[in-house]
Amino acid sequence: MPRKPLLEFTDKGIYCAKGKFYIDPWKPVDDAVITHAHADHAYVGHKHYLAHRLSREVMYYRLGEINLQTVEYGETVIKNGVEITLFPAGHVIGSAQIRVVSQGEIWVVSGDYKTEDDGVCAPFEPVKCHHFISECTFGMPVYQWKPQAQLFADMNNWWQHNVENNLATVVVGYSLGKAQRIIQNLDLSIGTIYTHGVIENTNEALRRNGVILNPTTRITVDSIKEEVRKGIIIAPPSAVGSPWMRKFQPYSFGYCSGWMAIRGAKRRRAADRGFVLSDHADWSGLISAIDATGCESVYLTHGYTASFTRYLNDIGFDAHEVHTLYGGEEEGIEASSQPSSEEKEQDPKVSPTGVDLEGASSRDDLSEANNKALSLGEGLGGIL
Amino acid sequence: MKAFAQLFLSLDETNKTNEKVRILKDYFNCVPDTDKMHMLALFTGRKPKRQINSTLFKLWALEALHLPAWLFEESYHVVGDLAETIALLFPQNTEQSSSKTLTECIAEINALSTYTEEEKKTWLLQSWSILDTQERFVFNKLMTGSFRVGVSQNLVVKAVADIANLDANVLTHRIMGSWAPEEYTFAQLIQPKQDSEDISRPYPFFLAYPIQETSTVQKSVEDLQGALGDAAEWQAEWKWDGIRAQLIKRDGQLFIWSRGEDLSTDKFPELHPFMKDLPDGTVLDGEILSFRNGLPLPFNVLQTRIGRKNLTKKILEDSPVSLIAYDCLEFNGEDIRYKTQTERRTILESLHHDNAHPEIFNISPLINFSSWDELSEIRGQSREMIAEGIMLKRKNATYQVGRRRGDWWKWKIDPLSIDAVMIYAQKGHGRRADLYTDYTFAVWDGDKLVPFAKAYSGLTDAEINKVDYFVKRNTLEKFGPVRTVKPELVFEIGFEGINKSTRHKSGVALRFPRILRWRHDKPKEEADSIETLKALLGENEL
Repeated sequence: MPRKPLLEFTDKGIYCAKGKFYIDPWKPVDDAVITHAHADHAYVGHKHYLAHRLSREVMYYRLGEINLQTVEYGETVIKNGVEITLFPAGHVIGSAQIRVVSQGEIWVVSGDYKTEDDGVCAPFEPVKCHHFISECTFGMPVYQWKPQAQLFADMNNWWQHNVENNLATVVVGYSLGKAQRIIQNLDLSIGTIYTHGVIENTNEALRRNGVILNPTTRITVDSIKEEVRKGIIIAPPSAVGSPWMRKFQPYSFGYCSGWMAIRGAKRRRAADRGFVLSDHADWSGLISAIDATGCESVYLTHGYTASFTRYLNDIGFDAHEVHTLYGGEEEGIEASSQPSSEEKEQDPKVSPTGVDLEGASSRDDLSEANNKALSLGEGLGGIL
Repeated sequence: MKAFAQLFLSLDETNKTNEKVRILKDYFNCVPDTDKMHMLALFTGRKPKRQINSTLFKLWALEALHLPAWLFEESYHVVGDLAETIALLFPQNTEQSSSKTLTECIAEINALSTYTEEEKKTWLLQSWSILDTQERFVFNKLMTGSFRVGVSQNLVVKAVADIANLDANVLTHRIMGSWAPEEYTFAQLIQPKQDSEDISRPYPFFLAYPIQETSTVQKSVEDLQGALGDAAEWQAEWKWDGIRAQLIKRDGQLFIWSRGEDLSTDKFPELHPFMKDLPDGTVLDGEILSFRNGLPLPFNVLQTRIGRKNLTKKILEDSPVSLIAYDCLEFNGEDIRYKTQTERRTILESLHHDNAHPEIFNISPLINFSSWDELSEIRGQSREMIAEGIMLKRKNATYQVGRRRGDWWKWKIDPLSIDAVMIYAQKGHGRRADLYTDYTFAVWDGDKLVPFAKAYSGLTDAEINKVDYFVKRNTLEKFGPVRTVKPELVFEIGFEGINKSTRHKSGVALRFPRILRWRHDKPKEEADSIETLKALLGENEL
């Protein structure tokens, strides 16, 4: 009988039977290792959490009173004889790839990642492994990112132009990641950075964690509208079209997302400006990252999994598609029926798991497999 | 090319009409006159002749990209536009861009007609390599002939009218008909008085505004009285379902223009005899329909001859056409659009009276009615008349330009409808790219579902997102871009007509199917059956 793999895909998340812990589980478990604090990876309800030090305050803010242990990148924790080490994923502040080692068998769970150094979070570091579990949110060759310097030059020009034309500037991006990346790259000589409450709460959590960010001003009922209109307003996707946002009219509103690379998606958002800015790797970033691990096999968890898996197999990788519930923050803006991470975030104490699982658990195939670990290959991916 | 690509990008970046006009004016003010005319031609649907067919275009792109064909196809389904897909797949040239003008670029494209295939390929690959992503996208649009912009002709006309200080209606008229940007100069376009009029040039069509009704909310007689005033001020006709056309006779020559501004004189040879019999300097507006024994035939009969290159004897026999005229725009060489509806109607009637071919030159009969109540009653007979409803025209109104609220209204009858189950889904194009928006619907035949219609409009963006979410999680099988989905969602499908078809599995073909609403309240078992559908067929057949 072949040896049981060190990590397996279950209906609760990625599971290490030997170490008795889960990675980014979406149902309550005893022991959870978390790649990063986005809502589709860090759920409430686990008894114990392990995450990177810089995820600490954001996780407390979002998940409430949790039992959380934090570590630095490169620091190893041993659970039931299995070594767990975190490495930078370059996705958002505090995001980590999780390396799991036992008896010479090495697995890496990427969580979400990008390969470009954004100057805000620790840059992605390739980790050698036998088995790599990767995202592929933008796993189609039409997604190619421009260097961010060029993009922020455009954004600053746009802001300047708006100020000259008496237009307020609203830039929309996810509150953990995109927002800080924007804040750190704006030209402060143009004006002040104002933030929506949801964004500022995250900023404050990060500052409590010792992260140094450019100065930002929270928009409150006391803010003077004419002053705010001269600055730049950072808002979460949930603010688009809200009365809160309309107060600043007339404005020009920019949307930051990798989906903005496609004209159709851009037109659908009806944004004045679409900035192709993503915290996920683009097509060549994904391939180079996977290649750099030197892995024997790679598992694709979310994104264009079917096509990307097929392509990787075409070019000589041993690639497998697996089904998970990841893919919240960039995908969430597209499928509004999906409880987007932003919506969850507004009421951080409420568990979103019930809603999220509705689609999957109602399936006949799944109820049978309920609570039973599925072996690789015939895992949840087999359904799609 | 740089300025033109930037124009495209800037127009994409705003939804505000005034801003779009400003961008268009900026463009006109910074490019040479020849570029202005080429831009006008492109933005009004006059694209250059296609020099490289899409098979070769794709093939050469694939060769240059070193990607497997299936991945190229899937990329296309994600992007929803061939030109954009190719533009995105090539490496980004951030430093490079083309210094050619739009005129030079189009001249190069036109020159391809004398090239060998090998020379075309070399030229195409060279062009792709020197353009940046946005330029490459616009260039591909020019090459593939699928040139559509998110700007109405009205806005372009408004921008030019502002710059040239001309009336927008005059300008709209001047850009109608057949002209080539190589011959028509910007100076000619904007001169205060045009002397050498092109004798084939049609007038801009006056389009009716719909009286908005849904299957659940109907307009009452009081609503009509309130919105339109006294019934006596209005003329009513049936709304015919054919091809809207303008028929011109000037200097002994005949021209037939369809609403899409296609010159289709040769497509309707049956109409030539009556046109020859018209006095010179006549322009008629009306609907071309298939007729037999003095009765209009359903639109699908006419459909069999649209798009045919050669009109065989059989087609002419099976689907003969006539005109139902309802307006006269030019009489004795004079533009009479300024006259009232009633005055123009009198002239139309006299032309009809004097014509020797009443079997092919009909005029739309006026409906006698004395109150909105009575007209509402009469509207119920539309289907028997093979009409789509009723047209209302204010008796003292002039013939205007484009779709205008106020003097012409179309009051369509409720569509036929049926509740059906969605069984296949496919990704959409354009702003619906990478979302499942094109659906196939089925009705019950015993315990089996038979597909009978495809529809992709009628849902709100929020509903589309929900259906897309459902499709992605309830896929049973994938066939290329098509997904078979778990039959579960029920929709009310509306359509204008239904006819027998040998081409479709269900045995019927629908006209204008669209989604009326999502029936959240109905389980799939309660969707309609093929018998219900076929019963509608019986009702609708004459």
